[in-house]
Amino acid sequence: MQIHDQPQLKAEARNFNFFYGEAQALKKINMPIYDKKVTALIGPSGCGKSTYLRSFNRMHDLYPGNRYEGEIRFFPDNTNLLSPEVDPIEVRMRVGMVFQKPNPFPKTIYENVAYGLRVRGENNKRVLDDKVEQALRGAAIWEEVKDRLQDLAPNLSGGQQQRLCIARALATDPELLLFDEPTSALDPIATGAIEELVHELKKRVTILIVTHNMQQAARVSDYTAYMYLGEMVEFGKTDEIFIKPKDKRTEDYITGRMG
Amino acid sequence: MQPLTTEQVRALIAKGKLKDTLFQALGIIFLAIGVAVIVLLVGDMIIRGSERLTLDFFMNFASRRASQAGILSAWVGSLLVMLVTALAAVPLGVAAGLYLEEYAKRNWVTEIIEINITNLAAVPSIVYGLLSLGIFVYAFGFGQSILTAGLTLALLILPIVIVSTREAIRSIPAMIREGSMAVGATRWQTCRYHIIPYAMPGILTGVIIGLARAIGETAPIITIGALTFIAFLPPVPFTATGAEGATAGLFDWLMSPFTVMPIQIFNWTSRPDPAFEVNAAAAGFVLMVMVLSMNGLAIWLRYRLRKNIKW
Amino acid sequence: MTANNASDLPQVSDRLAKNAMRNVSERIIESILFAAAAVSVLTTIGIVYVLVSESIHFFQNVSIVDFLTDTQWTPLFDDAHFGIMVLISGTLVSSAVALAVAIPMGTVIAIYLSEFAHPKVRETAKPILELLGGIPTIVFGYFALLMVTPLLQKVFPELPGFSLLSAGLVMGIMIVPYIASLSEDAMRAVPMSMREGSYAMGATKLYTAIHVVVPAAISGLAASYILGISRAVGETMILAVAAGMQPNLTWNPAEPAATITSYIVQVALGDLPHGSIGYQTIFAAGLTLLLITLCFNILGQWLRRRFREAY
Repeated sequence: MQIHDQPQLKAEARNFNFFYGEAQALKKINMPIYDKKVTALIGPSGCGKSTYLRSFNRMHDLYPGNRYEGEIRFFPDNTNLLSPEVDPIEVRMRVGMVFQKPNPFPKTIYENVAYGLRVRGENNKRVLDDKVEQALRGAAIWEEVKDRLQDLAPNLSGGQQQRLCIARALATDPELLLFDEPTSALDPIATGAIEELVHELKKRVTILIVTHNMQQAARVSDYTAYMYLGEMVEFGKTDEIFIKPKDKRTEDYITGRMG
Repeated sequence: MQPLTTEQVRALIAKGKLKDTLFQALGIIFLAIGVAVIVLLVGDMIIRGSERLTLDFFMNFASRRASQAGILSAWVGSLLVMLVTALAAVPLGVAAGLYLEEYAKRNWVTEIIEINITNLAAVPSIVYGLLSLGIFVYAFGFGQSILTAGLTLALLILPIVIVSTREAIRSIPAMIREGSMAVGATRWQTCRYHIIPYAMPGILTGVIIGLARAIGETAPIITIGALTFIAFLPPVPFTATGAEGATAGLFDWLMSPFTVMPIQIFNWTSRPDPAFEVNAAAAGFVLMVMVLSMNGLAIWLRYRLRKNIKW
Repeated sequence: MTANNASDLPQVSDRLAKNAMRNVSERIIESILFAAAAVSVLTTIGIVYVLVSESIHFFQNVSIVDFLTDTQWTPLFDDAHFGIMVLISGTLVSSAVALAVAIPMGTVIAIYLSEFAHPKVRETAKPILELLGGIPTIVFGYFALLMVTPLLQKVFPELPGFSLLSAGLVMGIMIVPYIASLSEDAMRAVPMSMREGSYAMGATKLYTAIHVVVPAAISGLAASYILGISRAVGETMILAVAAGMQPNLTWNPAEPAATITSYIVQVALGDLPHGSIGYQTIFAAGLTLLLITLCFNILGQWLRRRFREAY
């Protein structure tokens, strides 16, 4: 039982700047991410919310010319995720990610979910079977696919593919799970299923989710951050942000006068 | 599965990165082998053939004595054959490409033509030689002439010219076509004054690559039965021929027997006397210079083209 | 009718006449362009016609069963045997050697260029590969005979001066650029989101390349391998120069042997009368060659459909 209303920190951005080549995409971001909570990032397109999200698993390291400044501290071990001494692969082993468009690998359903485990050197069939089932159950897709684990994943429907991608990320027990507009390519029913799942998942894992849909942010998140032009305008409890935003810009965005 | 400790994770990553590095090294080594082959080939031919690389070598006919044998008839033959090839393949290939991109309706005839072109590109070159032997040499009676060789190679590179023409035309935006049609130009006028000029650099690149391939082709020319010992040049138009009082007609050279560079090299490599290896090396070097500079020109042209396109 | 009207009327009809003329000339031009496109189909028909009609004459003298089962190939001897397996064995062995070199090398280079190399390295490496692929096969033949064979003989002193092994190795090098370039194109067409999914799981570059990119690009890879096989089976001059031309039913790459293609060259070098059985054998051999490459092409297309990517 948590007595204090204020939960523990899982991560915290401190004076975080990000550059695509010469262009500064994120400016002086300071923001906490609380453990086992859902934090939503909202803001108009191009505000840098995806850029920010993708910094948590060092996705920007894949492309030349990108540069981080400042820190993203990761707890409990107080590692700076952005430090050049920290290997991006090590970061990615702790931080899972679900993408905007479902991107299952051209493999079987089973192998998709087992992928991260195999990356970690796990090849024991019993362990894999177990973990795959757990992850698929965790992503609420087990009942639908349990009889066809050897089918190719790209043959699933879009909503199923996205839940499979969530299962894939869950299988390795990440400490933080990043969602980059996970429902933007899905129909309303599939979207509902994913939202319910996010709600369920926060019992086990800390979640950071980018969404362009404010209702979605209001429905699923405990905390919300509003970003605009690469800046963190306002961060707070979701209820507070949506009911009485402190910043004029946040209010404009939420009430639909902008973006 | 026990969660991995930080040390285990780091060991795993170190192992994975080592594999990455090793693989990268392998990739670089394999690429280096490719580069090394080019360098070795050219280097070996220069060193081995250097004593023959004199002006005489270019001005002498083939001879039974290695030190006196030259490549005059071979390079002249190659140039003339290329002339015929280009004159046949370029208009045919460009016209075919133009038809397929600008005129063809989406129907089964078009589809057959397209599938056919794809498949022709995979037909071994020697099969073109057999085609030409049956059709040009015997059925049409062109004999083992420059005309036969040029037409054979033209058919061989036709798919290359067609495909590059189509690619060049496809890269021209629709607004150019619409702009021309909108002022009342017919389809042909649009092609003549807009499409062909704009597509020209791309077409030229394809033509050069095709000709570079053709100039090095040996098998189809051997198959049509081209002689390998030619100690004379094709008749120059309007000059006296050997016969009393006769002058060569404008197109007599087309029907002349000939040899080309690759055949001359093949001839010299298959002689038992190692002295001819020197000739083969020297001629091989000359051929390599021709082919590499043509390919280099095409690559440069394409590079320029990519840089300059601003629609 | 006023004078004004009278002068207008002929103008309209003039313009109509001009339009009609324009339409006629457009039609003519379209027909000419279509004819050019149809040349490629005529080429195919010509190839099939020549090969089949000459082969029919051949099979009137030699039974198909003998052709396929006889273990000797001595068409020019008094005691003539026509066992095509002898030539096929040479073709298959040399192709196997070539592919054993070209597929691993080409694939590794493709993965390296597509997944590891800096864009600048890639921009430099691709034209170099293109140059390597543009080297005339006769020059590769020279390379095999005068450089690779002596080198191999230092390692294996028993290796004869002509062998399928050295010809096959060089053929492999020749095919590398085709496989590398096509495979690289296929891998680069795999969407970045697929790779990101794998990297986000903590996978290394090599792991991602092998477990995600290669499976996603498998149909393109298969197509490049098939093209490589077609090249190897149809390659002529390297084998004619470096593998010896004596028919030899063998599966041992360290022996000299004739292939389908080098046999055709050998016959064409001689002076066989048009219509003799020896003349007809090269068309039967050519038909066999065409059927083999056709099989591989069909296999390639089937593979492509089978592994059609889902992205």
